[in-house]
Amino acid sequence: MLRYFCLGASLVFCLAWFDSASADEIDELLEAVTAVEPRGEGNPAAAEAVRELSQADASTLTRILAAMDDANPLAVNWLRGAFESVAARAQESDDGLPATELEAFVLDLEHSGRARRLAYEWLVKADPSAPDRIIPNMLDDPSPEMRRDAVARLISAAEELADTGDAAEAKSTYEKALTGATDGDQVEQIAKSLDGMGTDVDLVNHFGFLTEWRLIGPFDNRDKIGFEAVYPPEQELDFDAVYEGQLGEVRWETYEADCDGKVYDVGEVGKFDLAALTEPHKGAVTYAATEFVSDTDRPVEFRIATPNAWKLWVNGEYLFGHEEYHRGMRFDQYSVRGELKSGRNTILLKVCQNEQTESWAQDWVFQFRVCDLSGKGLTSGQRTARADAP
Amino acid sequence: MRLVAFCLTALLVVSLTADADWRSFRGSATNSLAPEEQIPLDWESDDVVAWSAELPGRGLSCPIVVGDKVVVTASSGYRQGQLHVLCFAAVGGELLWERTFWATGRTSSHPKTCVAAPTPSSDGERIFATYSSNDVACLDLEGNLLWYRGLTYDYPNASNSLGMSSSSVVVGGSLVVMVENDIDSFTTGLDTRTGEELWRIDRPQAANWTSPALWSHDGEDLVLLQSSAGVTAVDPVTGETRWSYGDGASTVPSLVASDGVAYVPSNGLTAIRPGQNTPEVAEIVWQEGGLSPGTSSPLVFDDSVFVLSRPNVLIRAEAGTGEEQWKLRLSGNFSSTPVVATGHLICFNEEGTAFVVDPAESGRIVSTREFGETILATPAVADDALYIRSDAHLWKIAAP
Repeated sequence: MLRYFCLGASLVFCLAWFDSASADEIDELLEAVTAVEPRGEGNPAAAEAVRELSQADASTLTRILAAMDDANPLAVNWLRGAFESVAARAQESDDGLPATELEAFVLDLEHSGRARRLAYEWLVKADPSAPDRIIPNMLDDPSPEMRRDAVARLISAAEELADTGDAAEAKSTYEKALTGATDGDQVEQIAKSLDGMGTDVDLVNHFGFLTEWRLIGPFDNRDKIGFEAVYPPEQELDFDAVYEGQLGEVRWETYEADCDGKVYDVGEVGKFDLAALTEPHKGAVTYAATEFVSDTDRPVEFRIATPNAWKLWVNGEYLFGHEEYHRGMRFDQYSVRGELKSGRNTILLKVCQNEQTESWAQDWVFQFRVCDLSGKGLTSGQRTARADAP
Repeated sequence: MRLVAFCLTALLVVSLTADADWRSFRGSATNSLAPEEQIPLDWESDDVVAWSAELPGRGLSCPIVVGDKVVVTASSGYRQGQLHVLCFAAVGGELLWERTFWATGRTSSHPKTCVAAPTPSSDGERIFATYSSNDVACLDLEGNLLWYRGLTYDYPNASNSLGMSSSSVVVGGSLVVMVENDIDSFTTGLDTRTGEELWRIDRPQAANWTSPALWSHDGEDLVLLQSSAGVTAVDPVTGETRWSYGDGASTVPSLVASDGVAYVPSNGLTAIRPGQNTPEVAEIVWQEGGLSPGTSSPLVFDDSVFVLSRPNVLIRAEAGTGEEQWKLRLSGNFSSTPVVATGHLICFNEEGTAFVVDPAESGRIVSTREFGETILATPAVADDALYIRSDAHLWKIAAP
């Protein structure tokens, strides 16, 4: 009996608290959650805040979503946990989910793509007609997931048009779909369909793969010493310099991958095959440098795929490296956030090959592209491997 | 007095519930055993399918059962970036709640596996969902988030491009999570209440897909960590090493412990225990090269060790000596680890065929059933029912 009394009293207290919870109090809870940091820092306070937020009423839903805008990825998930608890309860209530507010949030591009997508997913639970109203306008949306849905609808429409014999309209619908497509599977499907209609699609250009690089190497990577070793290109980018390499003098030379943009396989297209372009060295390091011209200062993602260990510098700043060998190569395997400055930017990639002898461990290759934060490939008409060009 | 009686009753209820639960990969004791559970042995009839439920994404993770709830994870989206936790009613199969998170670590994996590869675990009050991206979500049984960690977000070089699959275990308020890979390789114990790090130990820099196994013997609860280097027995609360075996081990199938002996996929199969004279160094009880497990983990039942060797031969051997008793050829390839219920072994091949095997005498297939979908996960057994999942469905098998 005592237990039920305590439970009831707690319930009444919580209801009373949330009825009277001020905007400031909600803000304090959201601040506690968004203060969470890597390695569990801030977890106890965030846990308490999420517990209280999870009991809030539906009027807090869009406020929780808005808190995701500037939150780190960990905090976003904490907020999502609270949001879904509140939303699930609202869905079961007499009042239901606040569909109007959720839709307004979805359509407000000032909010983060993930928060808008989450709002959309719960809006659809409340209003199954929402996709027909919203998705067709999302082909250029900053959220990749919203864009994916828009592309999927166009692909379906194009397939239906093709089935009914309206080839011209089908082709134009596929072409429209391609403008929003960034996911490999959708791009492959569209490209193959357009190819079947006599229209070539160049996936190297579509994704923005960088296929022209200056190379210097090999440097020593026997016993995997090269990943940590600091060879001269990490200290200076002098394209006229000559250094002592693993097998003698080495100098920078320009290579361009022989890429067929009509290879409609995102795992193959745009590959820069070091082993084929130079020599299939083992226990070796080669540096690849290129230039990317940006029309503005902007945050970007460098998308890399390689089965080799690698390190990346942009404009002389080290961004990230990963010492893993031959665990597979997949399109957009790694995403590294960075900044481009307006004008010329130098990109330096260190690619390490180990000494494994198995047939599946011979690849020395990478794909590299520069994207906006939603995964759309960026191109530069002045892009060139000649980082020292005037 | 009444209060004391109430507390004792509550403890008993909790204890009984724990016994009936299946709270982690290969069960609450990580031994694949539920011999007392009575499930049907004739699987030919559709009547044995109590219910099935659709899942929103892929998963090699196994269902777990906590009280009257069945919890399973899944991953979805083009990049498998959506991490799902789903809770179903054991009776009826109704979806009670679903929570979804965004992966904070890398989601790249070999096509055969996926981000929802590790099996969730539970301490009876909380659900701990882990993923190949090394995200860890802790929820209560009603689906409320209690805490969240992103271990690759914390340690950006902790990942494996082929995917990670080690499941977690809970012991003594510590959630033990193996994040073992070629680069920043570690195992950590997280405080089950807050997700804060209790301990973190460096581990061999080598990809590792095995899961921790529980060791409970002579009043000591340890967690056995298997890797390419061998086996390390650690205190789950402090992470301190108690004893180790250093002759190498597989990085795919996981060891099983039974009655003070660990059966390790190492040089075939090696039975080890803490040394009699030097307890910190394991001694070999026996070693049998012909008992090499494939992907499935070994199990010990009825004084015998059972191994599914590559590609599809089920072998029974004496647990005390490793001496082979019988071999039974099944069909297909196996990723799933067999479980024991109603005194029988239940095996699922990758093509989605279930085999109910009577382990007596020379081994005999009692019945089979085609599920028609790829099955890579290990089943869960609780409350006289078996639960198995594919990428698309969760099924409950029970007597009509």
